[in-house]
Amino acid sequence: MAKMLLDFEKPVVELENRIAEIKNYTGEKGIDLGVEIEILEKRALDLKKEIYQNLTPWQRTQLARHVERPNALDYIRMLFTDWLALSGDRFFGDDPAIVGGIGKFEGIPVTVIGQVKGHNTKENLARNFGMTHPEGFRKCLRLVQQAAKFHRPVISFIDTPGAYSGIDAEEGGQAWAIASNLRAFAQVKTPVISVINGEGGSGGAMALGVGDALLMLENAIFSVISPEGCAAILWKDASKAPEAAEAMKMTASELLRLGLIDGIVPEPLGGAHRDPQGSAGALRQELRQVLQALQQVDPETLVELRWKRLRSIGSSK
Amino acid sequence: MVGSDYMFKDLFRKPQRYITVRSDAMPQEKGTLWIKCPECGEILYARELEKNLNVCRKCSHHFRLSAPERLAITLDEDSFLELDADLDTVDPLSFPEYKDKLARAQEATGLQDAILTGAGAILGWPVLVGAFEPHFIMGSMGSVVGEKITRLAERAIEKKLPLLLFSASGGARMQEGVFSLMQMAKTCAAIARLNEAGILYISVLTDPTTGGVTASFATLGDIIIAEPGALIGFAGRRVTEQTLKEKLPPDFQTAEFCLKHGLIDLVAPRQDMKPTLARILSLHSDNIERVDN
Ligand SMILES: [Zn+2]
Repeated sequence: MAKMLLDFEKPVVELENRIAEIKNYTGEKGIDLGVEIEILEKRALDLKKEIYQNLTPWQRTQLARHVERPNALDYIRMLFTDWLALSGDRFFGDDPAIVGGIGKFEGIPVTVIGQVKGHNTKENLARNFGMTHPEGFRKCLRLVQQAAKFHRPVISFIDTPGAYSGIDAEEGGQAWAIASNLRAFAQVKTPVISVINGEGGSGGAMALGVGDALLMLENAIFSVISPEGCAAILWKDASKAPEAAEAMKMTASELLRLGLIDGIVPEPLGGAHRDPQGSAGALRQELRQVLQALQQVDPETLVELRWKRLRSIGSSK
Repeated sequence: MVGSDYMFKDLFRKPQRYITVRSDAMPQEKGTLWIKCPECGEILYARELEKNLNVCRKCSHHFRLSAPERLAITLDEDSFLELDADLDTVDPLSFPEYKDKLARAQEATGLQDAILTGAGAILGWPVLVGAFEPHFIMGSMGSVVGEKITRLAERAIEKKLPLLLFSASGGARMQEGVFSLMQMAKTCAAIARLNEAGILYISVLTDPTTGGVTASFATLGDIIIAEPGALIGFAGRRVTEQTLKEKLPPDFQTAEFCLKHGLIDLVAPRQDMKPTLARILSLHSDNIERVDN
């Protein structure tokens, strides 16, 4: 059961709690309330459908940022075997906001890189709230180049409010690190699949998003600036974030319609955090399909197709 | 390779359009006789200031230049041929107030979008050149800016000519959402292809170069030059201050800060920019012929 409840989640969770109580009670007392329970469960399902199929962009933003939402480490645990975590950028440090390593996806060795937020304050402090430092981007670059050497496909998980903005990050060339990734990923001769599993915040998200397929989880978001930041600029009022979320077209379905992403991974009703296994299962299916398709293409062609795809975005003629 | 069959005018498939680059003062300062230096407070006579390349004679503060002004002081007289001037800026997200904002920016700057691109020569050396217009929605990069830079890079590859970009931008254009983010990726991919083709790319960072422009093509130059005192960084100063809740060092995110931290090759005062660029071009001049100047 979720510990942190969003407003629109409350009716569902309350109903589910009541069902659980009744079941518990009838079990203890040996009373048969099967029909009643069935009716209540049906009502809970209808309620969920009604709420989750009509989420506003702002509600999705809240789901995308939900502290219990499965992060890259959770997906790694659920989707990859023989996991070997690798550290460091070989220049300066190891960024705890970026996890990287090698594992097997359905028997195939793959390199995984991912931005990681924590599930509580302690974890978030340790992982800098998922805000990547220059050394994190450089670690990604190193691991992607290593993957290319061994013709290993790369899967990236994107989940960040944005690249870290601080004195040390600027001194370390934050912008340079992001730009280098964008340039290198464009030409790396191995399949690259990017998955926005939570919050795709600005250039820091884009830095892990250049590849052959860009997927988004159903309730993930992807935007050039946070809705709060956008509202502050547009209307000098950060509390108008819900309107900004609407204006920026930052949900998976809107971005797919605009041709900016390649696919949507469905989430279980109620969102990924209510059923991480179910969410991982859907992602597994999607990754399997995309990976199989990309592995048919020779690396040179792959890079050329990747360029054509990027080249066409925002070209007016 | 370009050698004997190289013809400067051969660059242009479309009807040629020579632009006389104007060196008007910045839009908001048009018609003003006297300008106060924001750095030292000195009152400067506008025409004197312009003659001094818009650098304060007292404290050397480098005033921001419009794109036409930048090209006028950089390129040989009458050498500039504008390219891709006809790209229309669209509003792909139907974003609030964007169309009005665009119309106002076009009116104020006389430009279609935040960059002017074309071919020109510097002390006789041919280049494909782009200059940002910082007064056009903060010089932000949306689809048209990304497309024009990409086309310029493609032409540089095709013609085997150096690429020179002057950045002056607040970053990705918010009003075009993820389309703008994708221009970061697209321009970087274009530079990757330029590198494969062995084409020189000089990036000049001028005040201000921040956000999604710094985090893309602008920091990928073979040689990166900055103007003195220019604001150069990833995150906006205010964002950083809010994040850290502390005052920042005075030289934070300046050209000099970047030089100190090994992020750029040199800081060149505006008076030295043209000869510096010419020298770099001459040092990479194998197979490139000088044009008459
Ligand atoms: Zn001054």
